[in-house]
Amino acid sequence: MATLKQNTPNAHTRILGIGAYRPSEIVTNEDVCQWIDSSDEWIVKRTGVHTRHRAPADVSVIDMAEHAAREAMAAAGVTGEQLDAVIVSSVTFPYLTPSCAALLADRLDATPAAAYDISAACAGYCYGVAQADALVRSGDSDHVLVIGVEKLSDVIDNTERSISFLLGDGAGAVVIGPSDVPGISPSVWGSDGSKWDAIRMTHPLTDIRAVEQGGQRTFSKDLVDPETGEMPEDATLWPTLRQDGQTVFRWASWEGARVAKEALEASGLEPEDLAAFVPHQANMRIIDQMVKVLKLPESVVVARDIAEAGNTSAASIPLATHRLLAEHPELSGKPSLQIGFGAGLVYGAQVVLLP
Amino acid sequence: MASKDEILAGLAEIVNEETGLETEAVQLEKSFTEDLDIDSISMMTIVVNAEEKFDVTIPDEEVKNLKTVEDAVNFIDNAQG
Repeated sequence: MATLKQNTPNAHTRILGIGAYRPSEIVTNEDVCQWIDSSDEWIVKRTGVHTRHRAPADVSVIDMAEHAAREAMAAAGVTGEQLDAVIVSSVTFPYLTPSCAALLADRLDATPAAAYDISAACAGYCYGVAQADALVRSGDSDHVLVIGVEKLSDVIDNTERSISFLLGDGAGAVVIGPSDVPGISPSVWGSDGSKWDAIRMTHPLTDIRAVEQGGQRTFSKDLVDPETGEMPEDATLWPTLRQDGQTVFRWASWEGARVAKEALEASGLEPEDLAAFVPHQANMRIIDQMVKVLKLPESVVVARDIAEAGNTSAASIPLATHRLLAEHPELSGKPSLQIGFGAGLVYGAQVVLLP
Repeated sequence: MASKDEILAGLAEIVNEETGLETEAVQLEKSFTEDLDIDSISMMTIVVNAEEKFDVTIPDEEVKNLKTVEDAVNFIDNAQG
């Protein structure tokens, strides 16, 4: 009987190159205060955010992804033809299907690379790295492009106070490939769907169709008028993001730190071995709390891109890493602990050697 | 198990560590938000630290009911039991 063939694995993987795209339009806290009753001082104190980038109407999710991808590929010295898989993590690609990844692969001359999108919100980049690492180590692929990209400005309501003022747009990308030395530690990733609505859309997309057809829309606690206790008939049909800030802060700061600790243990490194810590840029106070819980020594450089870029969901870790490497080029080749966490709730973490 | 006085003293230390407020300022009748100027994120940090210190569970949905220091002391006292 003939024997099946299986792929010959690659022993090790690492990030070969990184790229980023930040849209040119900058929204300041002063701008935000035109939409909500707040102040620069209040926003900075509670979130650490000073500005966020937002993409204009003519810059799409795929445009931002392409910019970041091209930089990452150039840095890695990898062409489109050399890519075996393209993984896009995004919750804001405006088509349910086909995927962003397939069109992006084609723009990058990577056709016929395997191409797919993943929906893991702010953990999406770390999910993508976990998948790319597995694909390359298994021998399935030699080079995988992972992109975190978001145009969150499409799914926010500037007048609500739970999350919109934190959010920005952008894209970050890495190319992952074979390596002589271990460059990506085992990933610690998972989910907790019992908190599915801690970060959520106000209502499902299908409401738009229901109303168009004269039917009933879903009741949304987020759209209720606090004075009347009822949902106004003219409440927007376009779903936007909301979060339960306290629940998310607690979960991210303590559960997130536990996940980060597990990832560090899985890597075989100690906190003092780390050169950098790049948590998802959700809120400066979550970052501060995680650093405290993890007891990171002062020698570890902590990414704080959120001050300038806001929270860009799946794009935040590669964007923050990209800035860190620009500001501290000596970190190249050194270990960085990265952790993503967000809507799902989902989380993913690993230690990577910086490109 | 901590007495109510011990819970108050322990809470005052936690509040002091999080906000820098003098422990003497943390009195039973004080409101966390209005008198002590503690925001929702600091409140969560205080809650998690109190859980650890007194070995109790304070669910997220309960936190909004803890308006005054006395509410928190009573909740922790009952939860210990």
